[in-house]
Amino acid sequence: MRSFSLIDFVSLFAALRWTVALVVLALAFGAPLALGLAMGRISRFAGLRWTMAACIQVIQSVPLLGLLFFFYFGMPVFLGIQVPALVAVTIAYTLYTAAFLGEIWRGGLEAVKQAQWEAGACLGLSAWQQFRHIIAPQALRLSLPPTVGFLVQLIKGTSLASILGFVELARAGQVVSAATFQPLLTYALVAAIYFALCLPLTLWSRSLEARLDGSR
Amino acid sequence: MNFLPLWRYQNQLIDGAIVTLELTVIAALAGLLIGVAGAVALNGRITPLRWLVRGYIELFRNTPSLIQIFIVFFVLPTFGLKLPAFEAAAVALSLYFGAYSVEIIRAGLDSVPKNQIEAGQCLGLSGWQVFRHILLPPALRNAYPAVTSQFVLLLLGTSLASQVAADELFHVAGFIESRTYRSFEVYAVICAVYFAMAMSFKALFAIIGLAAFRWPRRR
Repeated sequence: MRSFSLIDFVSLFAALRWTVALVVLALAFGAPLALGLAMGRISRFAGLRWTMAACIQVIQSVPLLGLLFFFYFGMPVFLGIQVPALVAVTIAYTLYTAAFLGEIWRGGLEAVKQAQWEAGACLGLSAWQQFRHIIAPQALRLSLPPTVGFLVQLIKGTSLASILGFVELARAGQVVSAATFQPLLTYALVAAIYFALCLPLTLWSRSLEARLDGSR
Repeated sequence: MNFLPLWRYQNQLIDGAIVTLELTVIAALAGLLIGVAGAVALNGRITPLRWLVRGYIELFRNTPSLIQIFIVFFVLPTFGLKLPAFEAAAVALSLYFGAYSVEIIRAGLDSVPKNQIEAGQCLGLSGWQVFRHILLPPALRNAYPAVTSQFVLLLLGTSLASQVAADELFHVAGFIESRTYRSFEVYAVICAVYFAMAMSFKALFAIIGLAAFRWPRRR
């Protein structure tokens, strides 16, 4: 047993970079997938719409912890190959991000009036041009507040990677707590770091929402 | 792929699912109580109390549920309050759900225009009658979708209680996996059970919503 010292403080902050890395990975792979899901959800083809809706529904109805364990413990055994921890975890967070962001962005796309598409068509724009230049910019503005709100969920969600032994902030907290026997100080510090990360985003999301409300 | 070795653990799975449901319902009820009390305090006139509630909401919404469970389970004992795993998880999840409930319920109450309340008062209704007949029905209807989707998130979130060894469904999964080494099958089945529970609740809430809020809706 040793006392809580500067080195523990540093190790918590050092672990923070893995929390950030997980968030960046989840967004880098999840966001394009989410865009695909959202566009599929508003497609003309009923089959595509239903498939996308089913995918989103399944992922949203399963615990994030379940996704993580399934891809970390289950998939490698099933496929009979070694999957690096980072890959398994990234797949789970990517699906999680894609399902939630996909649904948020679909809401944004559907909130833009149908007449806007028609106006674009009247100007002779192709379907892609209508989406790219008329619908998407408006939808982006509408769905930015909930997107930032989801980012907070994602940051909090990365704490679950600690359970798989991934040394991000929450796991570093467990390690430091076990080494120093100072759970109060350690977990308070860990919570404070998450809080300092999430609160600005929460406040930003709220101010975006307020601005949107006034402009309508 | 072989699901047969899992079959003999069906009783454990059912017990685990029941504990998960208990944890969800307890945390939801306690959280809704906190939500109502918090919403009343936020709309009240006592400024320090409003700050306190705001602080509580931001603190619990901007930190991971997992850390909150750890703090209740590992840190409170240093203050002499030693809770068993299930109780610790129930307390932490109640506070987490409560923080979201306050905002949802307050938004529901705020969605009723002020002049409707004034109209009720003009008709000579008592304070309670205004609340019961004018404020409550539309507030409930407006808050209902958000409360139910938060409930489903809570149901999925109870899986975190496995990390302090509360014997709910996800903890049972770990136990079966350690016995059978069939991690793919175990976690596929567990995810399917959570999926079935979540979809059942969504269907149930949709039916209740249709039955309970039948008066004319806005287009």
